[in-house]
Amino acid sequence: MATFKGILAPFRETTGFARWMLLIGLVIVVFFVVLAIGADWIAPYGFAQQSANGVDFKKAAPPGPGHLMGTDRLFFDVWSRVVYGARTALEVIILAVAVSLVIGLILGLISGYVGGWIDRVLVLIMDVLYAFPGLLLAIVFGFLLAEKIGAGVISAAGAITVIYIPQYFRVVRSSTISAKESTYVEAARALGAPGRTVIGRYLFGNVIHSVPVIGTLNAADALLTLAALGFLGLGIQPTDGAEWGFDLSRALEDVSSGIWWTGLWPGLAIVLLVTGLTLVGEGLNETINPVLRKRRLRKITVEETQK
Amino acid sequence: MAAQSGSLPRYIVQRLLLLIPMVWLTLTLVFLLMRVAPGDPVTASVGGRLPPQALEARREALGLNEPLIKQYWDYLSGVLQGDLGKTITDNTPITDIIKDNGGATLELTVAAMLFALVIGLPLGLLAGRYRDTPADGGIRMFGIVTYAAPVFFVGILFQLLFLNVFSGWPLLGQSTPITEFTVPTRTHILLLDAMIAGDGSATVDVLKHLMLPAITLGLLICGILIRLTRVNVLQTLQADYVEAARARGIPERKVVTAHAFRNALVPVITIIGLLVALLLGGAVLTEQTYAWPGLGSQLITYINQRDYAAVQGIITLFAIVVVVISILIDIINALIDPRVRY
Amino acid sequence: MTDERRGMLSVRDLRVWYGTERGAAKAVNGVSFDLMPGETLGLVGESGCGKTTLGRGLLGLLPRGAFVDGDITFKGKPMPPLGSKEHRALRGTELGMIFQEPMTRLNPLMRISEHFEETMQAHDPGISKDQVRHQALEVLRVMGIPPTRYRSYPHEFSGGMRQRLTIALALVLRPAFIVADEPTTALDVLVEAQIIKILADMRREFDTALLLITHNLGIVAEACDRVAVMYAGRIVEMGDARSVFRNPEHPYTRELLRSTISLDTTGLTYIPGAPPDLIWPPPGCLFHPRCPSAMEVCSKQHPVPLQLDSGQRVECWLHGPEDQIPAGGREPKVMREELSLADEA
Repeated sequence: MATFKGILAPFRETTGFARWMLLIGLVIVVFFVVLAIGADWIAPYGFAQQSANGVDFKKAAPPGPGHLMGTDRLFFDVWSRVVYGARTALEVIILAVAVSLVIGLILGLISGYVGGWIDRVLVLIMDVLYAFPGLLLAIVFGFLLAEKIGAGVISAAGAITVIYIPQYFRVVRSSTISAKESTYVEAARALGAPGRTVIGRYLFGNVIHSVPVIGTLNAADALLTLAALGFLGLGIQPTDGAEWGFDLSRALEDVSSGIWWTGLWPGLAIVLLVTGLTLVGEGLNETINPVLRKRRLRKITVEETQK
Repeated sequence: MAAQSGSLPRYIVQRLLLLIPMVWLTLTLVFLLMRVAPGDPVTASVGGRLPPQALEARREALGLNEPLIKQYWDYLSGVLQGDLGKTITDNTPITDIIKDNGGATLELTVAAMLFALVIGLPLGLLAGRYRDTPADGGIRMFGIVTYAAPVFFVGILFQLLFLNVFSGWPLLGQSTPITEFTVPTRTHILLLDAMIAGDGSATVDVLKHLMLPAITLGLLICGILIRLTRVNVLQTLQADYVEAARARGIPERKVVTAHAFRNALVPVITIIGLLVALLLGGAVLTEQTYAWPGLGSQLITYINQRDYAAVQGIITLFAIVVVVISILIDIINALIDPRVRY
Repeated sequence: MTDERRGMLSVRDLRVWYGTERGAAKAVNGVSFDLMPGETLGLVGESGCGKTTLGRGLLGLLPRGAFVDGDITFKGKPMPPLGSKEHRALRGTELGMIFQEPMTRLNPLMRISEHFEETMQAHDPGISKDQVRHQALEVLRVMGIPPTRYRSYPHEFSGGMRQRLTIALALVLRPAFIVADEPTTALDVLVEAQIIKILADMRREFDTALLLITHNLGIVAEACDRVAVMYAGRIVEMGDARSVFRNPEHPYTRELLRSTISLDTTGLTYIPGAPPDLIWPPPGCLFHPRCPSAMEVCSKQHPVPLQLDSGQRVECWLHGPEDQIPAGGREPKVMREELSLADEA
C-alpha cells in the first residue's frame, strides 16, 4: 500500500499545468459543496419563494438591489435558485455515481473472477449499454422512472446511474482478470499467501488508482445529464427543488424578450461545476498516470561546468 | 507475407455478421426498457380522450394483450421487415416520421461532426506539439469548457449574442417557410434538395439556419477530439520511429507532420462511433433549443404525450444507426490501418 | 596521449553532462579516441557507464538542457557543436545510427519504400522514386532482403529482418561514420550472428567507420578491430581487440573478462558493488571502491592516461607514471571502502 508520502511524490514531480488543474478544480468543487451544504444560510430566499416580508417579487426583474441575479417569470429569485441548484446537483451526482460504482464493482468482480458464460453475457450487455447514446438512455429511463415513482432526485439519479455502470464494470473486470493471472499473484501464491487476500490486496491497489479519475469525470458527465433531463422536463419539478437545467429551459423563452439573466447564471453554474470536476479528474489523471508525466531535466549552469 | 486481398471480403462479412447479435441485443434492450413502465401505454397516452371500448380496441390493435413473448417476436420481426409500428396518439407509421424528420437530424449531425473535426483535430495536434506552453493550456481549457457547457446553454448564449449583434440572423427552425414550401422534396434532406433544385437563395437560407445549431452541437464533441489527438501526439512524438527518423536526417518539421501528426490522427477513426452516439444525444437537446424539426424534437413531443410506441420506434432507429456505424467504422479502420490483420 | 588528429573521426575530451535535481550527472566525462575509415571500434561497459550517451551524443540525439563540450574533428575539419543545426545537417549523409530495438524503429503506417523515399528525398529533393528504388534495392540486396518485399509494411517482417532494414536505411546514403547502439541485444543468438556478419561486410563494402556499442564481449571479439572499455564516463582501456582480450591491463577489463560466461565456466564471478554515482563520484580513480588491486594513491588522485608498449592505452596507477605517485602511494588499500547495503543489488 503506497504511503501517504508516496502518493504525494508524483504530485510534486509534475510540472505546471497538471498541478494547477488539480488545484483550481478542487477550489471550484469545494465552492459548490459549500453552497450546497450551506444553502439554507447562503441563499437569501427559498427556491420557490415569490415574496418576502409581505412584498411580492417583481416579475423578470434584472439584477439589482435585493436580487443579486434578478428574478424570473415565476417571480423566483435567480441567485437563490442557483444556490439550491448546487444542492440538488450534488445530491443527484453523489447518489448516481455511488450506485454506479457499487453495481459496476460487484458485477465486474463477479465477471472477472468467475469467468465463463456469465462473464461473456455480462460483457456483451455492458458493451451494448456502453455504445448506446448515454443521453438517450437517460432520457428513456428518466421518462419511465418518472412515470413509476414520480419525478425527483431518485428518478433522476436512477436514470443517470445506468449509463456509468459499464465503465466501472470494465475497469474492475480487467483488473480482476489481470490480477488473477498475474505473475506476482502467482509468486505470492507460491509463497503461500491465500488467494483471496492476495487478490484483494493487489486488485485493490490497481483499481484504486483509476476509480477517482473515472469517478470525477463521471460526476461531471452526470451533472450534464441531469441538466439535460431537467431541460427536457424529465427531471425535478421547480416546486420540489431548484435545478439548473430546468431553469435554462424556461430561460430559452426569455431570450426573445432580451432577458439574459435567467439563463446566464444557471448556465454558468453548470459550466463552472462541470469544469471544476473535469479539472480535478484530468489533474488526477496526469498525476497518477506516469506515461504522460514529463521528467524534469535542469539546464546545467556555467559554474557547474568549471568544476 | 503481404496481406491477402482475398480475405478483406471475409473480414467485412465477419464484421457484418457481428451486426446481428449486437442489433438483436440492442433491440431487446429497447423492448425491455419500454415494458418496464407501469400501467399500459394506451391509457397513459390517450386515456383521457377516448371511451373505454375504443381504448380496448387500440390495445388489441397494438397487440398489448398478447403474451410478452409474442409481443417481442412481433417487434423483432417487424423491425427486420422495416416496420417500426405506429404511434398511439395519432396512428402515424413511425417510418413516416423518420422519413419526414430524419433528414433534418442527419443534416444537423453531419454538419456538427464536420465542424468538430475541422476545429478539434488541428487544435489537438497543436496542443500536443507545443506541450505545456500557454497555447497548450489555452486549447485544453477550450476543450474542457466547451464540453462543460451544455448545448442548450451555448444555444441560449448564441441566440442572445446574435439577437443583439447580428439581428436578422435566423435563430430558430431549419428554414423560412418559403424555402420549405418551394423546394421540391427528393431526398428528404432539405439542404440537398435545395442544392439539387439549383435554388441558390434557398440553399443559402438553409445554410444560415444550419450554422448556429451545427456549431453549438459540434462544440460538444470538440473537446473530446482535442483531448484524444493531444494525447496521441504526445505519445507519437516520443515514439522510437520518430527518433530514428531524426537520426536519418529528416528535418524536424517533416518528422512532426509526416510521422507524429499522421500517426496521431489515425486512431481518431476508432472513436467516431462514440462521437456519433454523443451527437445523437446532443441533437435531441439542440433541436429543442433551436426548434429544429428533426427526430429529436419528435422524440420529445411524443415523450410528453406518453406515446410509448412512438418513443420505442424512434429509439430503435437511433440504436440501429449507432450499431451500423460502429461496424462500418471497424471496416474502414481495417482499410486504413495496415496493422489490422485480415 | 598525442595531440595529433588521426583518422576520419577524432574526439578529444568529450563531456556530456545531464542536469538533474541533485546536480550534474557526468555521464561522459572526458572521452578521447580516434577512428579510421573502415574501422570498427567496440565500446563496452556496464549499464550506466555512459556508452549509450556517448553514441547518441555523437549523433546529437541528446535531451534538451544537456551540457556538451569537447573537440571533435571529422574528416579533417572541426565538427559543429553536437546537437546544433549544422551538426544535425550531417545526419544521414555523414552520420548514421542503428538503434537497439528494431521492432519499434520503423513507422508502422509507412511502407519500407516510403521510408527510403523520405530519407533520400530529405537530402536530395529532386530525386525520383525510381532512383530511390534503385539505390534502396541495392542496399537491401546486401542486407539479404528480397526486392519483392520493398513495398511491405514493417509489421510483416521479423525482428531480425527489421534490424536489417534499419541498417539498410542507415547505410543507403553511405555515411562515413555509423554508431550502432547495442544492435543485437534485442535479437536471439542466431539472428545476432547474421547481423554481426552484415556489420562486418558493411565495413568492407562501404568503408564505413563503425562505433559498436555493446555489453557483449563475445561480439567485440568477433567483429571489432579495436575495443574501448568504458567505466563511469571515461575510457579506462583502449587498444587492439585481440591484445586487450589476451592481456587486459586495467583491473576492470580483467574483471569484465572474468565474469563472462563460456562453456568452460564452472563458477560465477561478478564484480561486487555497483557503478558510482555520476553526480558525486568518488575521489581519485572512479573504479577504486570495487578494484581488487586498489592502492593508496588510487583513492586520492585520478589516474593519468598512459600509452603502453603493447600499444594499449590505459588509465590506471598500476602502470604509473611513477613520478606522479607520491610516497607510500603504492601501498595496497587494505580496507576496501564500506559498501553500503543499498549498493548490493
